[in-house]
Amino acid sequence: MCTKCCCDSGAYYKAFEDIMSECYHGNESDLIPILQKLQSSYGYLPKDIITRLSQRTGIFETQIMGVATFYSQFRLKPSGERTIKICFGTACHVNGSEKIADALCDELKIEMGGTTEDNKFTLESVACLGCCSLAPVMMIGDETYGRLTPDKARKIIRELYAKGDQK
Amino acid sequence: MKIIIGLGSCGIAAGGLKVKEEFSRLISENPGAGAAMSETGCMGMCYKEVMVEVVDEAGNSTIYGEVNEEKARKIFESHVLGGKPVAEYTVRSSTEPNEQDSFFEKQRRIVLARCGHIDPESIDEALAMDAYKGLEKALKTMTPEQVIDEVLKSGLKGRGGAGFPTGQKWKFARAPQSDKKYIICNADEGDPGAFMDRSVLEGDPHSVLEGLLIGGYAIGADEGYIYCRAEYPIAIKRLNIAIKQARERGFLGENIMGTGFNFNVKIKEGAGAFVCGEETALIASIEGQRGMPRMRPPFPANKGLFGKPSNINNVETLANIGWIIRNGAEAFAAYGTAKSKGTKVFALAGKIARGGLVEVPIGIPLREIIFDIGGGTSSGKAFKAVQMGGPSGGCIPASLIDTVVDYEELNATGAIMGSGGMIVMDEDNCMVDIARYFLNFTQSESCGKCTYCRIGTKRMLEILTRITEGKGTEEDIPKLLELAEQIKKNSLCGLGQTAPNPVLTTLRYFRDEYEAHIRDRKCPAKQCKSLIKYAIDPDKCVGCTLCAKNCPVKCISGSVKKPHEIDQTLCTKCGTCKAVCKFGAISVD
Repeated sequence: MCTKCCCDSGAYYKAFEDIMSECYHGNESDLIPILQKLQSSYGYLPKDIITRLSQRTGIFETQIMGVATFYSQFRLKPSGERTIKICFGTACHVNGSEKIADALCDELKIEMGGTTEDNKFTLESVACLGCCSLAPVMMIGDETYGRLTPDKARKIIRELYAKGDQK
Repeated sequence: MKIIIGLGSCGIAAGGLKVKEEFSRLISENPGAGAAMSETGCMGMCYKEVMVEVVDEAGNSTIYGEVNEEKARKIFESHVLGGKPVAEYTVRSSTEPNEQDSFFEKQRRIVLARCGHIDPESIDEALAMDAYKGLEKALKTMTPEQVIDEVLKSGLKGRGGAGFPTGQKWKFARAPQSDKKYIICNADEGDPGAFMDRSVLEGDPHSVLEGLLIGGYAIGADEGYIYCRAEYPIAIKRLNIAIKQARERGFLGENIMGTGFNFNVKIKEGAGAFVCGEETALIASIEGQRGMPRMRPPFPANKGLFGKPSNINNVETLANIGWIIRNGAEAFAAYGTAKSKGTKVFALAGKIARGGLVEVPIGIPLREIIFDIGGGTSSGKAFKAVQMGGPSGGCIPASLIDTVVDYEELNATGAIMGSGGMIVMDEDNCMVDIARYFLNFTQSESCGKCTYCRIGTKRMLEILTRITEGKGTEEDIPKLLELAEQIKKNSLCGLGQTAPNPVLTTLRYFRDEYEAHIRDRKCPAKQCKSLIKYAIDPDKCVGCTLCAKNCPVKCISGSVKKPHEIDQTLCTKCGTCKAVCKFGAISVD
């Protein structure tokens, strides 16, 4: 049963049903695309959804968990409203991404991988965002911020908070 | 007038969509101007993003760099409406040479021939520049054996890193008799700091599809997979469009071009695992499993995807194929060295003045890539080393800058050609830190199957971390060497076998830096936090208080107009004070 929100569980499981009818063709090779769709719909992979997926497909829950924990894309816990992805690619590293990470951890008062107390931001590292010429880079939602300095990174967060307050 | 906006990932990240909006607003406000807008992929000069090309009625092209909304308005007013190019924003002009031209002079574009010139979402523009002509030639005039022969003769080697001859690989996959075969494009470009494949997929997806189709025909496969990183949403989107268009035009599907050849393509999105770039791990991932490599033999050519004979090629390898079939093996083999033919695309990044995507003939000296094309270091400081081949590769020091880019020559330095990431470093980069960085990467990406890779890389990382923290001992270097040898010897796949390379090459060329960390507790590049100290020179400090105001941990004290002081017990060595000081009063030691 849904314990996540005020909706009725029918609506909660509707996304699951839609994804299953779209992506599941009875093959084990459908598993990763299904998990990807589930995550983009639920924001993470909820435990009860994994159980349901196992019951539906006959793939053992342990095996699904094995896949879900192997790939870095999958999340088993909900994240904050926005995810900040700090790029740790080589180009970003040599241009000081660690200092950007330190500054943001300090600014948000969380560790890498953590979520702020107000649930606004989750701070994550990514291996490479691929826009190396703009290094160091971070991505917040769909927006990419390049040529960062620790100071610039802090200011971006403060501006986002200020904008949020106006709403 | 045609306005073409570069909208690869780099261009979008630099604000390309805002520029596009501005131009479309300007065009709709000035319907009489006769201006049309289109998009293109990566033009290569990533250091000048956002890039906009304006082509006038006479066909003269002007490329503008670092365009923002304001510059867009000026370009529109002066060039599009007034017919007068804006010289100060111009990075390249077809009528007037300028100093940026040297970025292109030494390049030879086969893979990137259409990148930055066509709208990647328009098959017509690709067709106008010879897309699918190689496929047509192969299907209508050549047998599969002749295609394989042509690719063998061209000397093309796999561009994903290992450098295995492509024609040979196809021959192995052609040999087995089977009711079903697969050809797979490996677009799981995981090396941090590499973006060649992404740019090709974003800029010219049809070139990859054409290569995949020709490869399928050659080995006898009727189904292809493209395994692409999920981190490349734009590449996936454009591939999907390209597949749809190719199907509509009869380049994909049943009875292609009336030749009886059938072929279909599926895209599989990766889920973030570096090891999936390895063939057998990639296959496991497509099958819905954890992406872990397995023992070979059986090789994928005999028993691959879903147990059927399969062939896997990298994006760049496939993007060469159409050109080779179209122009012949000899034309391709005219580029390169005795043993390595053709061109190679490199992603030039790090501390480089003109970072971007470059394609050069194999055999060009590193010096020409880094200095003539790349313009040297971005900081203006001394060039120290270039890292090639990502986590599997190594660092080539400044003293070997005249090494030519060729598989064998690069292997001799201890680095590898790799997939094409080229990260330039200057004297401010600590080589022990770089080694630690890569080990940290491979350690966390190790799938855990082989003990030496799983635990050995962890131990190596611990030692390297200890050294960068100033806690290294004399035994650490011999220990690193021993672990490196064992990991190379006892790992199943390329990830483990090459993981120690960044450590081995830095030890080979920069052993003195390791020793300085261990013996003198000093980081010569002044990067390792535990070994440096920020101090304020009282003679230079004017007491402007800027450092104290900006210090995130408030460890700087002093009164106005009096020299300030740093409390070393609180200092986190973030470097903010040094960055903001206008008087050069803060030193690092």
